[in-house]
Amino acid sequence: MSAPLPEQPYVVELREVTKVYRGGVRALRGVDLLVERGELVAIAGPSGSGKSTLLHLIGTLDRPTTGTVRIAGYDVAGLPDRELSALRARHLGFVFQQFHLAPGMSALDNVADGLLYTGTPLRTRRERAAAALERVGLGHRLGHRPHQMSGGEQQRVAVARAVAGDPPLLLADEPTGNLDSAAGAEVLGVLRDLHAAGTTIAVITHDPEIAEWCPRQVRVRDGRVVADPGAGAGRRPPGPNPKALEARAGVPGPAGRVPAREATGGAR
Amino acid sequence: MTRERLTPARLGPSDVLRTGAAGLRTRPARVLLSALGIAIGIATMIAVLGISSSSREQLMRQLDRLGTNLLTIAPGQTMFGEQAKLPVEALGMVRRIGPVRTASATGLVDTTIRRTDRIPKAVTGGIAVQAATSDLLATLEGKVVKGAWLNAATEARPAVVLGATAAQRLGIGRIGVQVWMGERWFTVVGILGPMPLAPEIERSALVGFPAAEKYLGFDGHPTTIYERSAEEAVEAVRAVLPRTVNPENPEEVTVSRPSDALAARAAAAGAFTNLLLGLGAVALLVGGVGVANTMVISVLERRKEIGLRRSLGATRGQVRLQFLAESLLLSALGGVAGAVLGGLATVGYALSRGWPPVVPAWAFAGAVGATLVIGTLAGLYPAMRAARLSPTVALAAT
Ligand SMILES: Nc1ncnc2c1ncn2[C@@H]1O[C@H](COP(=O)(O)OP(=O)(O)O)[C@@H](O)[C@H]1O
Ligand SMILES: [Mg+2]
Repeated sequence: MSAPLPEQPYVVELREVTKVYRGGVRALRGVDLLVERGELVAIAGPSGSGKSTLLHLIGTLDRPTTGTVRIAGYDVAGLPDRELSALRARHLGFVFQQFHLAPGMSALDNVADGLLYTGTPLRTRRERAAAALERVGLGHRLGHRPHQMSGGEQQRVAVARAVAGDPPLLLADEPTGNLDSAAGAEVLGVLRDLHAAGTTIAVITHDPEIAEWCPRQVRVRDGRVVADPGAGAGRRPPGPNPKALEARAGVPGPAGRVPAREATGGAR
Repeated sequence: MTRERLTPARLGPSDVLRTGAAGLRTRPARVLLSALGIAIGIATMIAVLGISSSSREQLMRQLDRLGTNLLTIAPGQTMFGEQAKLPVEALGMVRRIGPVRTASATGLVDTTIRRTDRIPKAVTGGIAVQAATSDLLATLEGKVVKGAWLNAATEARPAVVLGATAAQRLGIGRIGVQVWMGERWFTVVGILGPMPLAPEIERSALVGFPAAEKYLGFDGHPTTIYERSAEEAVEAVRAVLPRTVNPENPEEVTVSRPSDALAARAAAAGAFTNLLLGLGAVALLVGGVGVANTMVISVLERRKEIGLRRSLGATRGQVRLQFLAESLLLSALGGVAGAVLGGLATVGYALSRGWPPVVPAWAFAGAVGATLVIGTLAGLYPAMRAARLSPTVALAAT
C-alpha cells in the first residue's frame, strides 16, 4: 500500500498517465490532471478522444500503462484488486450513460444496492437510499420499477445510487447522453445541487453546451489534455443550465456564470 | 483527508442470498426449466428409496406380527428317491419336545374338490384337499373370515373349511354351500383369511382328520407339521426335530422356517432398486448440466450488471460468490421440489398398497448433499468467469 501524503488536497491526481490498449491503440498519451475537493469538472472532447478511458483510470476500473494515478490519496498502482474494490465502494460513485438499473427492483432497492459493498446493514441502506432519492427529487417514486419511470427519472435513480454513500468523488460518463434535453436538464440540476453540497464531480461529455455549463472544463483530444484552467477552478458554482435545456426543463440555475479560463497545453 | 486501510466489507449471508436470488427472480421461466432436471433426478431417487423402504418396512412389520418362531416339518425323500412319509405318531412326538408350545398337522388327501359332480375330476383348480388337526388355526394364528373353524363336532362330519385362495378359485363367498369331494357332498362351514406364513393353506380345502379317514380314504400320515416354540428355542428345536419325528430315518425329514422366505424377500427388495437409482443419478447429472448451462448464459447476459457491481465496489470474490449462490439456489430449488415430489410419490404408492410410507432420513440428507455438490460444480466455472471479467470490459458489453 502507498503511504499517502498527509492532508492531500487532491481527490484526483494523474501524472504522466498513458494507456495503451491491447492491439496498440494509444488511448491516452501522457495526461496530467489534478482535481481538488469540491470541484465540478467537465472532461470534454470529441468521440474517441480518450474521455472514457480517462474516467476508467480515475475510477480505478482500469490501470494505466505508465504514469501515476492517485485517488483520494491512494496510489492505485500499489493496491491489489480487493483494495481497489474497497476504494470504489467507499470513495467513488459512478453514473453511466446507460442507467444500469435492475429491471425487477424498485427504485429504493436499486439505490440501496449501491451501498451493498460498503458493509452497511440492510435497514440503514434502505434509509440512506430513501434520503438519496429525496435528494434527487424522487421521494415520491421509491416503490417504482425502472420501466415505470421516464429516462430522466431513471438516470436520477442512478445518480442517487452513486451518491447514497456520500462518496467524495462522483464520476459521470455522458450522464445525459441517452436523455432528451428536458430530462438532461433534470440530471444536471441534481449534479449542481450535489456540487453545491460539496461533492467533487467529474462529468464526461462531448456536448459543448454541457461542458461550458461547468465552472472548469478539461478539454481532451487524441489522448492529450489540450486545455485546462487548472485545479481549483471547478470550485465555483456552475452557470445556469444550458439554454437549450433550460428552456424546456424550467430548472432554475443560480445566476452569475463564471466563464472558464482557457489554458494552453496541459495544466501542471 | 484521513486514509484508513482499505479492506473490502464482508457480505453477510442474507446479502449473499439476496444477490443470488435477484438473478433468479427476473427469469422465472428459465429458472423453472433448469431446476426441473434436478427435481426429476432427486424425485426419482427419493421415490425409489422411499418405495423400497416402505415395502421392506411392510415385510418387517408383517414378520413382527407373524413371528419368526414357526417351523414346518415335511417328509423329504427316501434314500431310493421316493417320497418319504412322516410316521402317524410324529405329531405327538413333536408336542412332547420341551420348548414346543403348540403343534398341528395337515395331511394331503388323495382326492379333489369340485362345485358339482358334473365337473371332471381332473379339474382341480390347483386346490389341495387336506386333513387338518383342529388346533391348526391356533398354531398358524390364522383368522376365519366367514363361518367357523373345524371343532370337535365338525371335524368328524362331512364339513370343509376353505383357504382364501381356494374359496376364490371355487367362486364361493359364503358358507352353507355344498361341494363335491371324493364321492359325496361336503358342506362349506368356514372360509379362512390370508396366511402369509403358510400360503399352501390358502390353496387348500381342509377337513377334519376323522372325517378324512372316514369319507375320503385318508391314511392318517401327516404331510406337514406346523410347530411354534419360544423364539429363543427355535434353533434348538430345529436341531432335534428330525430325530424326534422319525428316529429311524431322520434324514427323510425336512424342516423349514417360513419366516425366512419373507425375510429373504425383504432383503431382495433392495436389489432391483439399484437400477432405478442409476436412472435417477443420470437425471440428476443431466439436471446439473442444465444448471451449468443456465449459469453460463446468465453470466454472459449479465456482464453489464457485473461491471456495475464492480464499480459499486464488489470484489472478484463477491462476484464469484453471487453466481455460486445463484447456482446453489437454483439447484436447491430443484432439490427441494424433487424431495417433495419424491416424498409424495412414496406416500401415494405406499398408501395405495397398504404399506407404511417410509423415506429414510439419509435419503433426504443425500438429496441435500447431492444438490449442494451439483450446485457448486455447475456454478463454479461460470462464477469464475464472472469474477475474472474486467470491470471495463463488463461495462462495455452489449
Ligand atoms: N477496451 C479497449 N480496447 C481497445 N481499444 C479501446 C478500448 N476502449 C477504448 N479503446 C479505444 O481507445 C480510444 C479512446 O476511447 P474512449 O476512451 O472510449 O474515448 P471517448 O470516451 O472519448 O469516446 C478509441 O480509439 C477507442 O477505440
Ligand atoms: Mg466514451
